[in-house]
Amino acid sequence: MANENKPKLKMAVYWGAACGGCCVSVLDVHETLLTIIQHADLVFWPIALDTKYADVEAMEDKSIDLTLFNGAIRNSENEHMAHVLRAKSKILVAYGSCAHMGGIPGLANFSTKEELLSRVYDESPSTINPDKVRPQHEYKVPEGTLEIPNFYEDVCMLDQIVDVDYYLPGCPPQTERLVEVFLAIVSGAQLPPKGSVIGVSERAQCEECTRIKSDNRSVDRFYRPWEIEDDGVSCFIDQGVICMGSATVGGCGVRCVKGNAPCRGCYGPVPGVTDMGAKIMSTIATALNAEDENDIIKAIDSIEDAAGTFYRFSLPASKIRRKIQ
Amino acid sequence: MQEEVKNNNIQTAKAWKPKILAIFCNWCTYTASDLAGVSRLKYPATTRVVRIMCSGRLDPQFILTAFSEGADAILIGGCHPGDCHYATGNYKCLRRFHLIQKYMKQMNIEPERLRLEWISASEGKRLAEVIGEMTETITKLGQSKIKKQVANIEK
Repeated sequence: MANENKPKLKMAVYWGAACGGCCVSVLDVHETLLTIIQHADLVFWPIALDTKYADVEAMEDKSIDLTLFNGAIRNSENEHMAHVLRAKSKILVAYGSCAHMGGIPGLANFSTKEELLSRVYDESPSTINPDKVRPQHEYKVPEGTLEIPNFYEDVCMLDQIVDVDYYLPGCPPQTERLVEVFLAIVSGAQLPPKGSVIGVSERAQCEECTRIKSDNRSVDRFYRPWEIEDDGVSCFIDQGVICMGSATVGGCGVRCVKGNAPCRGCYGPVPGVTDMGAKIMSTIATALNAEDENDIIKAIDSIEDAAGTFYRFSLPASKIRRKIQ
Repeated sequence: MQEEVKNNNIQTAKAWKPKILAIFCNWCTYTASDLAGVSRLKYPATTRVVRIMCSGRLDPQFILTAFSEGADAILIGGCHPGDCHYATGNYKCLRRFHLIQKYMKQMNIEPERLRLEWISASEGKRLAEVIGEMTETITKLGQSKIKKQVANIEK
């Protein structure tokens, strides 16, 4: 399979504001890693290799063939590396929900920077900080000046900072999809047009879901998954549990629902949908059966943290991408 | 009232008037706005009307898009409960309206910026009243900050 004379691809995997799960999903290729290594040199991968930022900065522009950038942009370090990797890479892929839509770190856009810092450094029950110490961007010590990255007010997704070639969504992306995409690049197959979301189907999760959906939804109120006993057969929304499947594009193989958990929407919107949360609001609201205004308000009150649920992975990518101040 | 409005806004923006997106259902509220027109009723020229076939067609994406592109407020008009041309569309609209209000609360958007009114085809006068009231409320509330805040990523 390997052509000995063919130069190996240069590949980088980097994390911004991320949990590390995306990098682990790359490791999850298991023995296929051998095939990947046969075709590619990993030149930069902080979770596994000790390449320094300076080494990457010293590389020639466009010398990396493929960069998988996971994680959102939360601070000046993330932004700096996004610019560096954009300059050094031929193909830059926003890998995973955080780079694609802001992801879980993007939920911080429900708070201001001051609210976050005050929670962490003053208010949280486990914090003892009588001197009200806060992180400083620069700190002078006898040996010189220490610097830590600047913490930003807003969390952004990768394409709000740099130009992105492809999006490979998921929290984390299904490893099989990564392998397919990788092998397509290696084999020199015709790549999809720039800006495409890759590794997804064209239809909603519901299309692949095996649960039975009723034609006439009639939900009294909404429950959190632990509040009901799931029958394992009928559609989650029919049972009054919020499932993001109808607004979420397929591609993961409805893994969550197969594991008897409702879809949370990590794969991003169905093509044509501009605001994923708004679309699911539409579905969820109309599933209710109440007609009296007070009953409707009561039923809607049963939804805990509505905005956080609907925009679990996509707040920075939504129309109103942060809480208004 | 006119004097008061003028004084409030004279410094901020001389010509600022609220921009209200009005989304009206074809069978009731849009017809009411026609009636208001032919009856020569006067109301502030603050609305831009979009006609949809039924208030049940209202997609929350419309609301969020309008806010993010600079609408100061949105008025939704539909048939009275029980009178929907398609039987239940207005109930769907009412449920969505309350869910969007819940979302708006979390996003710190004033609830007055989104209003739902049932206005039947014969209530042209009511339509003029509602637009007048809403213009007054939004003028007091001031210009929406959403467009500006969404456009600028703060570092």
